Amino acid sequence: MSMSGIGAPVRRKEDFRFITGKGHYTDDINRPGQAHAVFLRSPHAHATINRIDASAALKMPGVLAVFTGDDLAADKVGGLICGWMIHSKDGSPMKAGAHPALAQGKVRYVGDHVAVVIADTYAQAREAAEKIVVDYTVLPAVTDMNAAVKPGAPVVHDVASDNTVYNWHLGDKAATDAAFAKAKHVTKLDIVNNRLVPNAMEPRAAVGDYDFGADSFTLYTTSQNPHVARLVLSAFIGIAPEHKLRVIAPDVGGGFGSKIFIYAEETVCVWASKKVGRPVKWTADRTEAFLADAHGRDHITHAELALDDKGKILGLRVNTKANLGAYLSTFSSSVPTYLYAPLLSGQYDIPAIYAEVDGIYTTTAPVDAYRGAGRPEATFVVERLMEVAAREIGVDPAQFRKKNFVTKFPHQTPVIMCYDAGDYNASLEKALEMADYKNVGKRKRESAKKGLLRGVGISAYIEACGIAPSAAVGSLGAGVGLWESAEVRVNPIGTVEILTGSHSHGQGHETTFAQLVSSRLGVPIDNVSIVHGDTDKVQMGMGTYGSRSGAVGMSAIVKALDKIEAKAKKVAAYVLEASDADIEFKDGKFSVKGTDKSVDFPSVALQAYIAHKFNGQDLEPGLKESAFWDPTNFTFPAGVHICELEIDPQTGVTRIDRWTAVDDFGEIINPMIVEGQVHGGIAQGIGQALCEGAVYNKDGQLLTASYMDYTMPRADDVPSYNVGMTQTRCPSNPLGIKGCGEAGAIAAPPAVVNALTDALGHENVPMPATPHAVWRAAQSTIAKQAAE
Amino acid sequence: MPVVSMTVNGKAVSADVDPRTLLVQYLRENLRLTGTHVGCDTSQCGACVVHVNGAAIKSCTALAVALEGANVTTIEGLAQGGKLHPMQEAFRENHGLQCGFCTPGMIMSAVDIVNRKGNKLEEKLIREELEGNICRCTGYHNIVKAISAGAEAMGG
Amino acid sequence: MYPFTYHQPENARKAATVAGKLEDAKFLAGGMTLLPTMKQRLASPANLVDLAKCDDLRGIEVAARSVTIGAMTRHVDVANSKELQEAIPALADLAGMIGDPAVRNRGTIGGSLANNDPAADYPAAALALGATIVTNKRKIEAEQYFTGLFETALEDGEVITKVVFPIPAKAGYEKFRNPASRYAIVGVFVAKKGSEVRVAVTGAGSSGVFRATKIEAALTAKFSSKSLEGVKMPAEGLNSDIHADAEYRAHLITVMAKRATDKAK
Repeated sequence: MSMSGIGAPVRRKEDFRFITGKGHYTDDINRPGQAHAVFLRSPHAHATINRIDASAALKMPGVLAVFTGDDLAADKVGGLICGWMIHSKDGSPMKAGAHPALAQGKVRYVGDHVAVVIADTYAQAREAAEKIVVDYTVLPAVTDMNAAVKPGAPVVHDVASDNTVYNWHLGDKAATDAAFAKAKHVTKLDIVNNRLVPNAMEPRAAVGDYDFGADSFTLYTTSQNPHVARLVLSAFIGIAPEHKLRVIAPDVGGGFGSKIFIYAEETVCVWASKKVGRPVKWTADRTEAFLADAHGRDHITHAELALDDKGKILGLRVNTKANLGAYLSTFSSSVPTYLYAPLLSGQYDIPAIYAEVDGIYTTTAPVDAYRGAGRPEATFVVERLMEVAAREIGVDPAQFRKKNFVTKFPHQTPVIMCYDAGDYNASLEKALEMADYKNVGKRKRESAKKGLLRGVGISAYIEACGIAPSAAVGSLGAGVGLWESAEVRVNPIGTVEILTGSHSHGQGHETTFAQLVSSRLGVPIDNVSIVHGDTDKVQMGMGTYGSRSGAVGMSAIVKALDKIEAKAKKVAAYVLEASDADIEFKDGKFSVKGTDKSVDFPSVALQAYIAHKFNGQDLEPGLKESAFWDPTNFTFPAGVHICELEIDPQTGVTRIDRWTAVDDFGEIINPMIVEGQVHGGIAQGIGQALCEGAVYNKDGQLLTASYMDYTMPRADDVPSYNVGMTQTRCPSNPLGIKGCGEAGAIAAPPAVVNALTDALGHENVPMPATPHAVWRAAQSTIAKQAAE
Repeated sequence: MPVVSMTVNGKAVSADVDPRTLLVQYLRENLRLTGTHVGCDTSQCGACVVHVNGAAIKSCTALAVALEGANVTTIEGLAQGGKLHPMQEAFRENHGLQCGFCTPGMIMSAVDIVNRKGNKLEEKLIREELEGNICRCTGYHNIVKAISAGAEAMGG
Repeated sequence: MYPFTYHQPENARKAATVAGKLEDAKFLAGGMTLLPTMKQRLASPANLVDLAKCDDLRGIEVAARSVTIGAMTRHVDVANSKELQEAIPALADLAGMIGDPAVRNRGTIGGSLANNDPAADYPAAALALGATIVTNKRKIEAEQYFTGLFETALEDGEVITKVVFPIPAKAGYEKFRNPASRYAIVGVFVAKKGSEVRVAVTGAGSSGVFRATKIEAALTAKFSSKSLEGVKMPAEGLNSDIHADAEYRAHLITVMAKRATDKAK
């Protein structure tokens, strides 16, 4: 392993600009003549719009235009789409209500887009927006899923009179019923997976810029997948054909899923730039982000686990209601279905699984993928059940898991997935050791002496990452393929540009991708640059989410590098006057087998371009190759996290004392970056478990619309993390990578709740387990202790 | 509109501003110093932290006009003579950043912590002192490590 | 923000004069509450009278029986004052617990008291210590000063110049923070002076800071956290919100009072 090669903790190449304040985020971009957009948002959760009177607003200083849904419709701008078709049990397609970028006749959640004001300055636009008079007829709100499906509930979309988008299912019901019929023990659990707001620190922003000369648009935006944005804006929304629309996602300050989607604001900015003849900029404030970014999670689940008399799992039954909010966001339909139920087998050998999922409309912000997307919800169900089942049958939770682990690979689960490689025992053993699990009892007694309740919780998670084989997801309803593309441009002096369809918004691709290229071509890492986030530069791309940039994005680069090597060998053969079959490439040098004749990579690059040593008809000049990689399987990162915490029953405050994470991500390019991804994921998972929860009141007002009320985990809310690795190579991609971006957020919530319930001695504590909630939960614990 | 003059990163600057202009807007829009970021509306996230007359403040919650004559240091002014500040180095060395958006505020707060609390910082103290800076990417682990290391390096 | 005219007088007398002459004028101290409120367009004064250049409003003076703190003294200066740490350590301690470091570098005692946020810390100290709020016009006893949520006895154009805190024998402050905003859900300041114990609670009351007479009685009998075992505060009149209901707040008052008593010195 070299200092900068695969496996080395190379310090990040992108950091210099960030630590010196020289990053370029969307809000840092200003175009000449730029105007500013402010969106008038619905103050009501549910209302019909009778009339919008913008006459006073239009007279305000600096105002260029006020647009409403009618203007978009007149221009034949299509609605926002949901790109994954889900079919109900009865075969009927999901009921997708129209989703106009600006409301047409009705608003369906607080923050919904009613109109846009475009003015010379932001302040002018904001002032004018307050002058727009909207005549609403307020309709009753419905924020609770159980209420939404009751007869007589307010109807969010006429296409779904029972507010149900789909009744979907997966698995074998008969086999699962049979498994439960012969069960010796059944563990039952009702679970709420709380609604979260992603909260990337950079709020969403967009600058739309229409070039009259070229009749083409440029959209600068905070996107995790600029090509997907271009595709949707072109093919579905109809802003402009793809060759007339350039989407640039420059430095993006975190995404976590929320910047995958194609939203109203970005759509309107790019469209409006032509309407007003000036670039149009919009930057969300934090409250807009709370109101209108797609939220995450929000499930209600009843789950049952059937065991035989030896503690082996016989079957799993899951019934989930998933809140999809007021509209179907870009990939929302897939999150509680195909990104969820196929993970319900966890790390366990479960012969029969049956899951039913109802997708529900409510008058709340749309819900879509948020770090982990479906997999945290599945892991929470499985790992809570495992912990509770172990407690009920009186077996150590670690031993109970071991007994049921999948140990032979490949392993076909009853719910689509075929696990290709793993060693779940190895991760568990290592985690137990690192966490000093055997001495927990002693530490509990020490805490008790101080009047504190100590608990320990295990979470053995699995996820399906590296999404995804295109044909496979196509058969499940996806509207797109989930390959990735790459281009390798070798310059005449041997420096290398990699153009990738992956997008880095914190993941460090400029470093890890360069490490791969550097070690493969033997060029110094500083001679490799990574280009991403621009549809005019990068040939194509599907973007970054689902922990796919390593497993899929880098695999595309490898494939292109294979072609580069093959071509370069041909050039080297001419240079070395040998047959190309005799050329070997190693450590940046081409040599003729069995001789000391060699030429280095930069010299071959130069020869490829000057093309003096070969005939251009026999071999094309140049050294540039591109590739598309379509994965053959999902990847299956898995691991064990152990949380140990103390509760102060007087206040309900939980302090996490130790966090142990042991993950198997397959091959690792840069362990420093991988560990950083794990840390961040854990903090988000702890956030879900202890801090964060979006709360709507019954009128559909979001009560947690700023950091005054939505608890972001801060530095003193979380511990240091003890992170370890095990490794089984992923067989389905050339690098053996599984992906690491979401693991922490998937693993952490059940680890925390299992620890809390261990400390409390009962299972009744909700997420987020705020001090208030834990204090309530601790009352029965204290009463029980007093009675003993 | 009043003219507001101050010293920013050692340079005398001056601009006509609407009295409503916040310091962060003055820096970002008038001076094009876009390293200072806005991450919230309620003075909590800390992405906008700069130093005014040597002390860390939230530039989203200060009027530019009120800071006539002030000496302001932003993230762009931390490196001296082409050499990174030890705290900047420590953030890079310890992988104390991912998306980079909170980073300028984090680093400015970190330097302020060292200025107030010295070069030997316990983990617990660092975490408490970071109360006004929110990061969504790193889980804070490496930020805490970076600040501890940066504090020592600042001691020479 | 809505437009306003900005004024920056260089002493308190001029500030009061300027404000007196203007329509719809508001004083700007550290701005830690007023500016966010204006940014959210929840406040729209036509005139903003910035007190930042009023050096006569700054400073901490410790006398034999009292401490006087200028209205524009920042939280950081109160927290770090060696003299105050000797005289009323609980007050310095409280100032060091307000907001975060960057907020403490701007926020002022006068601004906090004038705003009277029901979750702010200083009102608890002022009420428990029996402070006198001195304005350009008069002296107001803390008991008369706090009149409700964000409401005080201050009249238009009246500006706080300083706050006088009698030095207690012992005092302590403890707060339970709102996990999101970090403001006080419950903050309890206990102060013992001679035989009198005064206990003020911030964050919890639906009409702002109040004295917890039940706890005062228990601590007057004996100034020890043990005296508070079994003391149950009534939930009536306490706030309920998504972070804490009234019952939890009532419980926390006793817990924080115990901890403040244990800390008292």
